[in-house]
Amino acid sequence: MSKFKDSAHLIRLAGVFVLGIIAFVVLRAAVIPKSFGQYGPYRGDALREITSRPIAFAGHETCEGCHPDVLEIKSKGAHAHVNCESCHGPQGKHADDPASVKPVRPEVAKLCVRCHAENIAKPSGFPQVNAKEHAQGQQCNTCHKPHSPGFDAGGKK
Amino acid sequence: MNLNRRQVLMLLPAAAVAWDFLVAGTPEDAPNYKMTEHWWGMLLDITKCIGCGSCVRACAMENDVPDGYFRTWVERYHVDDWHIENPSVDSPNGGKDGFPASDVKGGKNFFVPKLCNHCTDSPCTQVCPVGATFHSPDGVVLIDQNYCLGCRYCIQACPYGCRFFHPEKQVAEKCTLCYHRITKGLTTACCESCPTGARQLADLKNPNDPIHAFLKSHTVQVLKPHLATGAKMFYNGLDGSVR
Repeated sequence: MSKFKDSAHLIRLAGVFVLGIIAFVVLRAAVIPKSFGQYGPYRGDALREITSRPIAFAGHETCEGCHPDVLEIKSKGAHAHVNCESCHGPQGKHADDPASVKPVRPEVAKLCVRCHAENIAKPSGFPQVNAKEHAQGQQCNTCHKPHSPGFDAGGKK
Repeated sequence: MNLNRRQVLMLLPAAAVAWDFLVAGTPEDAPNYKMTEHWWGMLLDITKCIGCGSCVRACAMENDVPDGYFRTWVERYHVDDWHIENPSVDSPNGGKDGFPASDVKGGKNFFVPKLCNHCTDSPCTQVCPVGATFHSPDGVVLIDQNYCLGCRYCIQACPYGCRFFHPEKQVAEKCTLCYHRITKGLTTACCESCPTGARQLADLKNPNDPIHAFLKSHTVQVLKPHLATGAKMFYNGLDGSVR
């Protein structure tokens, strides 16, 4: 005869606890994503999802690989530090498939004044013009070549 | 194997480390990009910003930012000669279409490009009730959009106003520092399209990054330094009136 004559109560209670713990562990494993905690207290897959986004801007190194002639002209001018897609827009699709996706030529009338229109808040050293007075109805690229614009009057470059 | 109590206690820390190693899973999959080797920030040079809005447009195109919402935007400041404490600021459509010539005369006028500061101690990640927003190991504040409930706490918590509620996805959104680009060796869309080099992505853990030379020779500041958010957007030529 054991000391506890009602030990079956305790065993049953322990059984309930064990079942509860098993249920908790199983549920926890099922609910928490596998990658949770991989890098920190968040889903590691979230990083991979964000990283998998397609790229729109190819980057100037990609452009320069196929267009070294433009790079050559550009590197000598005042626009040497301006990246290709700053004016030409995102060309990731063109870079992926140059044969079928052709970039659209930027509109000169809008493009140049975007940066070079007079504005009091612009750094004073930055070349700015009042487009109406300066161009008098002419297109900017009549005088200035966008890849290598000259600042001298007449824009011979 | 016979172990006494002392030996078991001494083995416990080792077991804990082993368990931690087990649950941590396999290391990252991308072999060419090691998150622990980078610490991203950005240099924003106010003396170079011309307010053309290229960055705002590029960001919208790269990241499908809905119209009227901004992950980055440009503000135009006008600081009066005498009313220094209350500058007037405008940002028509976030500067996406550039800035019309203003009729203000005198004072100090300049542009301030803004974006998520990717704070080291960010208030936005601390308030998220479901842990949907987090710091990546390379110092970028990101959102797990599958976890986000859309409660907007983080939008209120950001002292820089850098978050918004996506009208269609119904989740919080913000600048990812073009995480899909920088992990592939590219710069961000805004930096790529900036014509004057006013924005430059910086890897603070890379000893060869030009940012280190720049920081040594220039006086840079972050926005709202008194909040001690550990902001990593460094502004050169930042006026004291900028909020």
